[in-house]
Amino acid sequence: MKPRLLPKLAVWKFASCDGCQLSLLNCEDELLAVTSAVEIAYFPEASSNRGAGPFDISLVEGSITTPDERDRIQAVRRRSKVLVAIGACACSGGIQALRNFGSDVELARSVYPNPELLSILETSTPISDHVTVDLELRGCPVSKVQLIEALQALLDGRKPTFENCSVCEECKRGGTTCLLVSKRMPCLGPVTVAGCGALCPAFGRGCYGCFGPKESPNMDAMTSSLRNVGLSDADIVRMFRGINANTPAMANAAKDVR
Amino acid sequence: MSALSTDLVKVLQRSELGWLLAILRDRGYTVVGPTIRDAAIVLDEIASVEDLPIGMTAEEGPGGYRLLPRSDDAVFGFGVGPSTAKRWLLPTSRILWRTRLIDGTLTVLPEVAEAKPVALFGIRACDLQAVDILDRVCAGGCYADSHYVAVRERLFTVAVDCADPPSTCFCTSMGGSPAAESGFDIRLTEIAGPPHRFLVDPGSEAGSAIVDALQAALASEEDLAARASQAGQASQRITKRLDCRGLREILERNAENRTWDEAATRCFACGSCTMVCPTCFCSTTKMSSSMLTGESECERQWDSCFSEQFSFIHGGSVRESTMSRYRQWVTHKLAAWHEQFGVSGCVGCGRCIAWCPAGIDITEVASTIRRSDVAAKRPTVGKEH
Repeated sequence: MKPRLLPKLAVWKFASCDGCQLSLLNCEDELLAVTSAVEIAYFPEASSNRGAGPFDISLVEGSITTPDERDRIQAVRRRSKVLVAIGACACSGGIQALRNFGSDVELARSVYPNPELLSILETSTPISDHVTVDLELRGCPVSKVQLIEALQALLDGRKPTFENCSVCEECKRGGTTCLLVSKRMPCLGPVTVAGCGALCPAFGRGCYGCFGPKESPNMDAMTSSLRNVGLSDADIVRMFRGINANTPAMANAAKDVR
Repeated sequence: MSALSTDLVKVLQRSELGWLLAILRDRGYTVVGPTIRDAAIVLDEIASVEDLPIGMTAEEGPGGYRLLPRSDDAVFGFGVGPSTAKRWLLPTSRILWRTRLIDGTLTVLPEVAEAKPVALFGIRACDLQAVDILDRVCAGGCYADSHYVAVRERLFTVAVDCADPPSTCFCTSMGGSPAAESGFDIRLTEIAGPPHRFLVDPGSEAGSAIVDALQAALASEEDLAARASQAGQASQRITKRLDCRGLREILERNAENRTWDEAATRCFACGSCTMVCPTCFCSTTKMSSSMLTGESECERQWDSCFSEQFSFIHGGSVRESTMSRYRQWVTHKLAAWHEQFGVSGCVGCGRCIAWCPAGIDITEVASTIRRSDVAAKRPTVGKEH
């Protein structure tokens, strides 16, 4: 009897911190189940076995920031049946997209002694700006629950069940008292999509929006709320220009504050 | 059901309040009452009187809640906080059933959720009214929720009269009052004194049995007079109003009123109002499969009409705009609810006002719509001839 052929999984890294790939390795309980459900064909962070593809599922971490990455993502797409962008960098450009709002030349000069050796693009952009993305997993880092659900759904041939409500709903369901209302603590929960399980508010820290804007986010109301709890306009811009600064909602809202 | 008779009203001294809690715990109840967590008075399991927010209160306004010390050591000197009884009656999430492949056959394994006997200690009159509404929704009609019914049948309620309602309250507009008048097993009235004491009033047979077991002294005429006067004063403190006269018809004919658009410019569609509302009962079901167990499960979870997915049917969401979602919530709560369940869906607890991150006040929206009622402005038909 021929051994059952497992779907081939690849994990790719672009401009990123590796935290989202680590979320997969951090899956502990589910990791063995994952490795018996798929063949890990390319995952340099976990294995020296580097398969050539094609791959059934590609998990792509990181944003596109260099000409090399711009070419490489095309090659990844060509060799992948399903491409899943994982994490805020891959979905929106990440924290490194802050340079989209300034001069990359000046930034490079302030950091590197020989900036002329760099070969970079002017902006940091999400994977979907370059190739077709089949599924996006938001967050900095991604949620382990969503990652496993995405893999499970792909293996089952069904849609993953992700909610698109606000973080507020997750806070309330989890019994976390609203920080914005009870402590006047700045929180992006009302405009941020659920998925993290309201992790930060549960630990007494306002949401910093790492999952990115929810559908139809009311950014004007967010600006008003943040002003009401005493944030200066400069601080509000800093909140909007965070992990998901490059999303249209955050970028426009930051511009409108001034 | 109202109190059986005033001659059954007993009095417990402040130092004896723990007796009541101890008896409930002895009888196997999980006692859930107000307690301080983070910066709010929430409902949670309590073990003793010391877990109650003694000497604390909360200032509440649109989009604001501030926990503050009181100048006295009142045990129940605060209004309602963000949690409601529905968390115990309709859990935020519950597995309904699982499926597993057993010998090649897909087998459905129904999930029987445990219904622990719960005593809600210190529940307010508005929340009792909300439980009555949930009964109509979840236990009435031909599709009763068996888990709800099981929890509800075992539920014991110790109501506390509100002496110091916050500015967000408007129960008196919704057929209620700050003092508990019906629907409880035991009603408590805290009297600051001196002496600092509690009147204990049974409202059911189960309540009478517990009150008898307390072996407390009978309340005096003076105690009962103090209770009545306190109830009157508390009612007078409630100044927020929701004018319900003809409101249902007004809302129904004002679907295009610009007030909805104005509210939507402030609304986040975050769903906070529905989550803290003691009567919002909507849920969704999520199916999932697990590579760990090889099982699939169907989970029911609190949902909100403010999410895009809530009204998603084949092809898209019925309510794409925040305006349409906000209008849906208010018109369901204050108008369509009457048609469905014979009552308003609002009890005037004011939670949706205090816990709205944008501070939207449902009473103001309703009154703005009343003032700009399209029918009121239209010339009377039939007089042109």
